[in-house]
Parts: sequence; structure tokens; C-alpha cells
Amino acid sequence: MQPILEIQDLRVSFRMYDRGLAQRDLAVLSDLTLSVRPGEVVAVAGSSGSGKSLLASAILGLLPANATVGGEMRYKGEPLTQDRQKRLRGSEIALVPQSVQYLDPLMKVGPQADGHRSPRPVETRRRLFSRLGLPEGTEKLYPFQLSGGMARRVLVATALLADAQLLIADEPTPGMSLDQALEALRLFRGMADEGRAVVLITHDVDLAVAFADRVAVFYAGTTVEIAPAADFRAGAEALRHPYSQALWRALPQNGFVPIPGFQPYAGNLPRGCVFAPRCPRRTAACEAGVPPMRPVRGGEVRCLYGA
Amino acid sequence: MALEAKNVSFRYGRRGPFVLEDVSLRVERGERVALFAPSGRGKTTLALLLAGYARPQSGQILLEGKPLPETGVCPVQLIWQHPEKAINPRWRLRRVLEESGAIHEEDLVALGIERAWLDRFPRELSGGELQRFCVARALCSGAPYLILDEISTMLDGITQAQIWNALLEAAEARSLGLLAVTHNPALAQRIATRTVEL
Repeated sequence: MQPILEIQDLRVSFRMYDRGLAQRDLAVLSDLTLSVRPGEVVAVAGSSGSGKSLLASAILGLLPANATVGGEMRYKGEPLTQDRQKRLRGSEIALVPQSVQYLDPLMKVGPQADGHRSPRPVETRRRLFSRLGLPEGTEKLYPFQLSGGMARRVLVATALLADAQLLIADEPTPGMSLDQALEALRLFRGMADEGRAVVLITHDVDLAVAFADRVAVFYAGTTVEIAPAADFRAGAEALRHPYSQALWRALPQNGFVPIPGFQPYAGNLPRGCVFAPRCPRRTAACEAGVPPMRPVRGGEVRCLYGA
Repeated sequence: MALEAKNVSFRYGRRGPFVLEDVSLRVERGERVALFAPSGRGKTTLALLLAGYARPQSGQILLEGKPLPETGVCPVQLIWQHPEKAINPRWRLRRVLEESGAIHEEDLVALGIERAWLDRFPRELSGGELQRFCVARALCSGAPYLILDEISTMLDGITQAQIWNALLEAAEARSLGLLAVTHNPALAQRIATRTVEL
């Protein structure tokens, strides 16, 4: 089946002032590859600050003016140009933004979720609000009167109202209680089961893998592994990249054991594999060059030794 | 020796609905309590009351039997969910830490804070790195009680485990009283000695 979204070697860099008037390009995403087919939920997990939200902005064309985008993005087989992004976003491609500050502070959340549609989808919206457990009367509140979790549920309902073909959900669940988060994920799953597609960016890996088909793991601005969700459910040994394995082992239910160190900075990346400085299995070859993505056991891994 | 909320009620404005009504809660030193509740039930509001950022309309917040002190560093420190909103964006991180007292080298090491980060501005660090500073700031202040309002929900699993392991070690060594708001039952099981539902 043709992928609904195809991303090949995506690069994003920001033009920054260095010293005085000198400028330099800071690469924040590099060699990023991801494809999403109709009917799929693809979870994007990985390090905080690894570029997951930037990917969402890049797909929707919401990057700031000083960003340069390279590589290729295709939606339903056609290149995703700026014009096309403008036309599709909000209708065919919807976003659940990461920050609750995306809500208009001066507008009640009910009419805000309805948007400019006419007739206003009041009934559908009320059904979504109640399915997400928002108390009656929430529609008449302003964003500042909502708790963090309520605001996030409003954002999810707003995006679902768009009835889009592709939904990009950027951290939709923080602040929600467990059953509310599960309900939101069930709604996403339902969307995919109708033949549409969802990209679910999240830190709640344990929840996400129960609903996702595949998981893409990000580290320092690139994909290090793409695995069937079943491998995440099976455990660290089923994963291919040492970072994914470390991430799995750090989850509270799987040991809570962190590896030392931190993610390298954009502009200060190691020459070879981005994970090499923290990797228990690194060799001289790892530091020689960036390993390519290669297929392993029905997934893909960017590691010379992943098996 | 405890931090107590005694029958507190709170609402925003004079006519708003009560966010908290007649709520009582007690955290002893050396105890780590996980607080569970659906969203919108008033967890963050309770955190604000306990740390002295807001006052209840009725009921009391008591620390060792007395109201919270009016001046000086508050002995109940709150760590927020979004570190980028809790740090002065125009201060270098060294100054952020120094505001709360002397910088303790061992806290920086335990939290994995690099010396070089101290000379940076907040916007130059990621959320996970900033949250380490917020934890370090609370620890350096010497406060015996910490309120942790979903401090790791926005962080990846490895950073979450790094920060919590450092916090638990400090809590053990200094016999701190911890109240942690979380939605993650697996995390609560790791960090808490007791759980409370609001």
C-alpha cells in the first residue's frame, strides 16, 4: 500500500547568529526517515530534545522563518510543498500541539474547538468532549480556567474534529489520568482502523506501544531505530539499538535503571554515531562515520552492531 | 514533624466553584507520598497551597504545627511540571542556583549537571537539563519538604530515571518529606512509600 506520509533523509537547520554579525547553520534534524501507511499508528519515542516536535512542525510547515528544510517529504505520493502544507493543515492533516498555550486565551474552548466550520459541529464536539471525560459546561470555560489535563483533552478533541486523514499528535497525554489517556489513545486507534493514520509523539512509551503498530525511536535529531510495537512489548532483548534498549530499561516498570551521560547538542554532535559517547558497545568504527539505517528483523536500525 | 493540610478549601475568585473542599493531608519527614487524582481535581492547586503560593479560604497549612513562615526561603519547595516556565529566562543558570543558597557540588554530580551548563542561559538547554536545575535549586535551598508536580511527565524515560534516582538518594540521606503528583502508577510504585487519592 502507498504510504500516506513518506519522509526521506529530512534535514532541518536553523540559521543562527554566532558572534557579532557572523551566522552559522545549526543542524537540528538530520537523515531522518519515516513512513506512515494508512491504517497505522506510528509512535515516535526518544530523548527529550531529540527533535520530535520539530518533525511535527516540519510536516505541517510551521517551522520559523530562519529554518532550512532539506530532504524529501511526500503526502499521498506527492511532494509536500509549502503551498500544499498550507492547504492541507487543519483539514487533511491535523495537529495536537504539544503546548497547551496553543489555545486562544480570549476564547471559550467550545467555540474555539468548533473553529470556522459552518455549520458549527456542536453535537460532534459535545460527544467528543464527553468521551474524553470533560465535565459538562467545560465548553463555556476559558483556557485559564482549565487544568493542564483538561486543556490537553480540549486540544485532542479539536484535532479530532478536523476529521483529518493524517493526525500528528505531539505529546497528547501528559496531565491526563490513566483512563483519560487510554480513552484518547483508543480514539486515535479508531481513526487508524478506519483507514486513516496517526503519528503519536510521546514519552509514555508503555501506553503508546499498546496502541501503536510501529515505534520510531529518535535520538539527537535522527531516527536510530524503527521497530514493530510488539518488540517494545516483548522487552529490551527484542530491540535493535542500544539506545532503545537503554530507554526500555529506564522505564519505571522495567527496572528504572538510567544510563549515565546526556544527549549531545545540535552543533556539537560527535563525528560518527550520535549515541557512541554513551554506548557500552562502541568501537573505533562507530566513531568513523554515521552508520546508515539498515533493515534488521522486520525493523530498521542505525547501528553497526544492532541485531 | 510533618507538613499538614488541615481541612483546606479553596476556590478561584469569590464565586467560582470550590476546587478543593475540606481536604486534609499529612506528609511526615522521611516519607514519600504519591498523590493520585483525575485531571481537574485540584492537585496542582493543593501543591500551590502547600508551598505557600496561594492561601486557602478556610482550613490551615501547618509546618511542624505552625503556619508557613512569611519571610526567607520557604521550607516547602515546589518543583513545577514545565521547568522552562519556572526559571528566569534572563539569568545564567549559575545565578539561578545561587539564588537558593550555596551550590552543593555533590548535588550537581548526582543530578548529572555539567559544569559548563552553569554559564548558559535557560533557552540554551533542553527541558530535561533545565528540570535537573530545578531539582538542584530545591535541594540546595535546604528545604525539608519538596512538592513535585508531575516533574517528569515531559521527559524521556532515561532522564526521568536519572532525576528520580538522584532525588530518592537525597531524600533518603536528608530525610526529606516528598509529595509527588503523578498519573503513572508504575512510577508511583518506584518512588513512593505511600499513595493518596484526592
